[in-house]
Formats: sequence, structure tokens, C-alpha cells
Amino acid sequence: MTSDRVRQFFVLFFVLGFFLYLFGPLIIMGLTAFNSSAFPRVTPWECFTVEWFDVLANDSRLLEGLKNSFLIGFGVVLFAVPLGLAGALMLTQVKQRVRPWYYTIVISPILVPGVVLGISTLLFWDRIGVMFGASRDSIFYNGFFLTIIGQSTFIAAYTMLVFISRLQRFDSAQEEAALDLGATHVQAFRKILLPFLKPAIASAAVLAFLASFENYNTTVFTSISTSTLTTVLASKVRYGIDPSISALAVVIVVLTVFGAAIHEVLKRREQAEAEQAGMVAAGLIKEKKVQTKWFIDPAIICILLVFIAGLGTAFFAGTVGVGECKVLVKEQKQAETAKRIQALQERTAAKKAAAAEEAETQKQEKANRTGTENFNSIFDGDNLLPQASESDSATQPRTGTENFNGIFNGGNLQPGSEVENNEKSEDGARTGTENFNGIFSSGNLSPSTTE
Amino acid sequence: MSADVQLQDVWIRFGDFVAARDVNIHIKDGEFFSFLGPSGCGKTTLLRAVSGFLSPSQGEVLIGGKNMSGIGPNKRPTALIFQNLALFPLMTVWENIAFALEVKGMSKAARRKRADELLDLIALPGQGDKMVNELSGGQKQRVAIARALAAEPDVLLLDEPLSALDLKLRQHMRTELRAIQERVGITFIYITHDQGEALTMSDNVAVMSQGVIEQVAGGNQIYDSPETAFVASFVGENNYFAGTVRELNNGLAVVDTPSGVLAARAVSRNDKEQLSVGDEAYVFIRPESLRFSQQQELDNVLSGVVERQEFEGNFWQVYLRVDGSARIVTLSMVNDGHSVGYEVGSRVQVGCGSDLAVALPQGPMAAE
Repeated sequence: MTSDRVRQFFVLFFVLGFFLYLFGPLIIMGLTAFNSSAFPRVTPWECFTVEWFDVLANDSRLLEGLKNSFLIGFGVVLFAVPLGLAGALMLTQVKQRVRPWYYTIVISPILVPGVVLGISTLLFWDRIGVMFGASRDSIFYNGFFLTIIGQSTFIAAYTMLVFISRLQRFDSAQEEAALDLGATHVQAFRKILLPFLKPAIASAAVLAFLASFENYNTTVFTSISTSTLTTVLASKVRYGIDPSISALAVVIVVLTVFGAAIHEVLKRREQAEAEQAGMVAAGLIKEKKVQTKWFIDPAIICILLVFIAGLGTAFFAGTVGVGECKVLVKEQKQAETAKRIQALQERTAAKKAAAAEEAETQKQEKANRTGTENFNSIFDGDNLLPQASESDSATQPRTGTENFNGIFNGGNLQPGSEVENNEKSEDGARTGTENFNGIFSSGNLSPSTTE
Repeated sequence: MSADVQLQDVWIRFGDFVAARDVNIHIKDGEFFSFLGPSGCGKTTLLRAVSGFLSPSQGEVLIGGKNMSGIGPNKRPTALIFQNLALFPLMTVWENIAFALEVKGMSKAARRKRADELLDLIALPGQGDKMVNELSGGQKQRVAIARALAAEPDVLLLDEPLSALDLKLRQHMRTELRAIQERVGITFIYITHDQGEALTMSDNVAVMSQGVIEQVAGGNQIYDSPETAFVASFVGENNYFAGTVRELNNGLAVVDTPSGVLAARAVSRNDKEQLSVGDEAYVFIRPESLRFSQQQELDNVLSGVVERQEFEGNFWQVYLRVDGSARIVTLSMVNDGHSVGYEVGSRVQVGCGSDLAVALPQGPMAAE
């Protein structure tokens, strides 16, 4: 009894842990899309808002990339699905002995790193272009064309796998039956094999589209000047992100869940239909129950209602009262900042007094030395004094690099400058290099600094 | 329309494996012809050669006197009913039936009309709009036949179409098939490993073993006068006794066996294999040919001990340990209402007339 309980507990624990691991990042990202904080984060929670969706809708670079990703995705579907189908059909036709070889060769693009595929596609078509003496505006240097071709090299192998697994369940006697009844090979393919493959074609198309949509490492080489969603996102991450990316993630996740739910309902309807057919065949019932049309199926209507309700709630909660909340948060922040500044000023004043004393004694010592003292002073142990770093970390959440940056500071080279320099940076009047370093500091992106 | 089918010196090889060895058969038009043999004997391969899905390594297939080499399955006047039927699951019943007409380019209305006629023929009127998976096994069977008939073939080829059905349905479908064949009047070539099917439906039966045609004859001929040891042991139950031919006169062989001297009709497939004095031979005696010898005077007499017996309703099956034979000999005795069983362990004498025993040259037997 108890050991059973313990086991149940651990299973539950494991399952929960696994799901947390799986969906935790998604949930966090989803939440950040609704936080008014300018940097994607959940804590501190500021205001519930949908403004990032607005930002997303107005981000022309992102939208341009999204549009291109869609176009390339459709291009890949049109190119890779027939290619994969042909490859899979070929596999069923070649001799048994050749089959493993053929399979290995056709599947190999999946094993080749995407970067290599990207570079080789670029180089190959460049050579072809040179061979034909084509200009830089020609198709051989077109980002769309190259990306579709480059991605299709391995996505066609994915789609082929889908078709192979479907073809394995195909009863070749059906094709023979069609031929035997007088159909030509084309007719047998079109009327028997193609309808059988329809579900596989649909899933291969979805797979190809998604694989193309999310591809980065091949695309980054083949896209040339064309930007896709992934390349735009990558450059955004490099130059600083805001929650509109989270908003995009939420849109994609919601659409995916919505699509999956609809798909599930349709699948269940199909299963119910097959079950009924089996019962008719076994003579248990006289006729199949007439199913409702799919678009008035209660389950589908439910999903639609939940979708619309969620959308409405989010919109309402995210727009109403956001203004007041923001003002409140701003006031809070301002108060906090004021407090901080005050504390800072007090501490600086105290330190200044102490430093002034010390500088006085140093000045006197240095005055006795020869000309080289200016250079020597940068190696001066005082530079690394714990006192300096302490003051830094206490006042502002800065990174350690600032201590080192100080050594290139012009003031450093002036006699008795060190102490002054430290004081300056504490006051926020910084020298050139520090400004650049600061862009990686998280505090930089919080509204408090812009104020 | 109907056509005869000729197989002339047909050999079919797959690498080193010979699936058909020097097959010569003439199937007359309008005939119900069966190939009977254990699985793996090459009968399906022969059928595929007739339908055009494979071409013989050697020899010719003629349909209606026309050489079929180089003519694909979709151009031959044959229609094949597959072992698993191979109905098209994504089409309705009537679309299945009308498929042959669809690929010919017939209009939809005409197709539908013809499909409905065929549905009447196979006694499934009004079921055209169902999907295939809504049909029972027997109904699918009939739809497959209708689909093949819609192509208006001269020859209908059937590859063990009843093997998936249960016993009752199978027996019913036998009669049905035969009736349909008589109605449409075309040549049927039927493949089966079930001798009951072959014997009940066919005008002629070819018994096959390991790629070789053992015997071609009518059902009762096959049963009563098997020409090889394989046919004798494969078709129906048979007891056999090995021995040496002592005498031959007027087609009657006298064979010395450890169980006694047995007289039997000497049969052979061809002159070359004919028995002569001193040859090793088998004497085959059917269980229903054996009688208890108290009842009448018999040519061949065997003595032995009753091992066990089973009451089967319409007959008794008696198992005997016969002197000089290691095998158990079976005897079936019709239940005439008066016959009673023999006591187990009692010593009895059984026998049969020489016309009911068959002497054949020794050769490979069918696996038990």
C-alpha cells in the first residue's frame, strides 16, 4: 500500500518535473509578453498589458521577415514535397540490394550540418552564375531562390521519411488491381496512390513549412540580403530585445494549440465514422449515424468560443487600466530612484571626505618623484584596491569590467587622478568607454535609466 | 466473350529458384479450371504470368490464341481477383465496381447504371453508396467479383479469394461463384490450396507440386485415379503401403508388401513412368474403400488391431494397427444405424476390392 503510494508520488513528481522542464520556458516567455516592463521579464511584475502585440504589429522589419519566411516556407513546400515523394517512390522501385545504399545517400542531407549546406548552396549557385555570366540581380544571387533551394536539400529528406512510412502501409495489390482493370500507370497513380497518400502529403507539407520557417543556420547564408523571421530575431537578440518577441511567441503558440485542437476533433470524428462503418459491416447496426457538418460540431464551436473569449479577455485586461497602472509604477520607481540617489549622495560625500585626505598625503609623496611617475601610476596597486570595487558595487549594479576600464581613462595618467576618477564614475558622469559597456547592463533597459 | 488459355512450355525462374517447370496446359473457353497445390507450389506465380504481372522466363502464354508476351496486365483480356481482394478503401462500393469503366472514360451516369446492374447480379442491390469498410467479408468478396466483371474480361482469374472467409461463408460462396460463372459464361481460372473448393467447383483441376503440374483431370478422376504419389497423398485421405511389384497383367499390379500381397490398378502419369515387374511401388487405399472382411469376400485382406475409434455422426473413423505396417491405417464406415463400434484392442480383418486400390510408382508425398 504505502510503497504504491510512494511510487505514485514519485511518478507524479517526475511527470510534473518533466512538464515543467518542457513548458516552463514557454510559460515564462508567454508571461513576459504581457508585462509592461521594457525588458522581457516576469519579476518585477509591472502592469498587465497587450501593448507589445501593438509594438509587434508595427515592427516593420519583423513583419517583413515574417512575410519572407512565409513566402520561403510555401516555396519550400512546393519544392520539397514533390521531391520527397519522388524519392520515396523511387525507394519502392529500386532493387532490394541497392535499397540501403540509395536510402543512405538520399537521407544524408539530414546529417550534414545546416551551415555546410548553406555555404555550399551559396558557393555552388555562385559558380553556376559565373558560368552563365549572370549578373548580381539574376536568380543565382536571389535570396529567395537560394534559400528555397538550400533548405529543400534537407527538408525534402524529411518529407521523404513521411512518405516512406506511409508507403510502407500501402497494399501494392491495389495498384496492381487498378492496372489489371485497365488503368494506365498514370491513372493508377492519380486515382489510387495519390488519394492514399493525401494525409501524408498534408503532414509532409506542414512539416516542410515548419522546418523552413524555423530554420536559421542554412538561411543565414543563403538569404543574402533577404531577411527572414529567424534572421531578424537573431539580429534583434544581438542588438537588444523587447517583449514584442514574446508577443510573437504567444501568437505562434496560440495558433499552434488552436490548430492542434481542431485537428484532434477532426481526427476523432474520423475514428467515430470508421467505428460506425465497422458496426455496419458486422451487422450490429443498420446504417451509420449521420454526423453533423464539421463546422457545427459542438467541440469545434467550443474551441472557437474559448479562443475568442481568451482573446477578448486578454485584450480587455491588457488595455483597460493600463495607463493608471503605468503611472503608479512610474511614481513608485521615481520614488525608489530618488531614495537611491539620496543614499548614494550621502555615501559619496562621506567617501569624498576620506579620499580627499588620502589624496593630500599621496600628492605630497608624488611630488618628490621623477618624471616617470606618470606612467608608473597605472600599475599602482591602488588601482586594484578593494575599496574601489566596493564603492562601485555598492552604488550601482555595474559589472566588474568598469574597474579595468578605468585604467584607460585619461585622468589616470594625471598625477593623483585615481581617486578623483573613482569619484566621478560614482556620480554618474562617466567617461567615453563606460557608456558602451553599460549597454549590456540590465539596468540600462529599465525605464529608470532613461528617465 | 470468352477465350481459351494456353500455357506452352512455361518456365518461371527467380534466380536459382524454379517456380514453374515446363508447364503445358490448355484451358478451354468457358471452363472453370482450378490450380490446386500446397502453398509455395508456384500456382500464384502461374496466375500472375497469365494476368501479365510477370513474364515467363521461357515459354508462352496464349489467350484466345494470341501470344501475350510483351502485353501488360492493363491490356490483357483478363481480370484478377486478389487474395486480399484489394478493394479500393477510399472509394464507395459502386465506384469500386465502376473503376474499370472510369479508366475507360465512360460517363458517370453510364458507370453508375452498369454498377447497379452488377450489384443486382451479385445480390447486393442498393448497397452502391456504402463505403467498402461497411461491408462484411462475404459482401466484399462479391464486390471484388463485380469489379472484375465490370471490365468485361474474357478470362477471370481468382487467387484464393475465399481463404479469408469463415467455413460457412466459404461453402456458400463456392456455390455462388459457380453460379456466377455459369451466368456470365467466361473462363474462370481458380487458385486454391483447399481441395474441397477445387473439387466442388471445377470442371478440371491441375494439381501442382514444387512448380510441376502433377496431373490435370476432372475432380473425380483426380480423386479416384491419382497419377502420382503426390496427388494420391495430397487429395483426400489415403492409406498407403510400400512394396515391390511381383506381377502385372491387364493393368492390374500385384504388389508384395510387408502387410501382405495387395492387388491394385496400376496407374501412371505417362508411359515412361509405367510400373514394371520388380519396381518399387506404393499401393493406395482410401479409408472409405476399406471394409471389415467378415461382411464380404475381398481381393486384398489386411489384419490388425483396433487402436481407437471416433464417432463422427454420419460415419465411424476406425484407426487400425495393421501387421507389417508402422503407420496407423484409417477406415471409415458409414453409420447406417445398425453398425456398432469395434472394441478397442480386438483383432480384426479388413480389405477392399482390387479396383478400389491404386498402385503407383514411388515418389515424393505431400507433407502430412
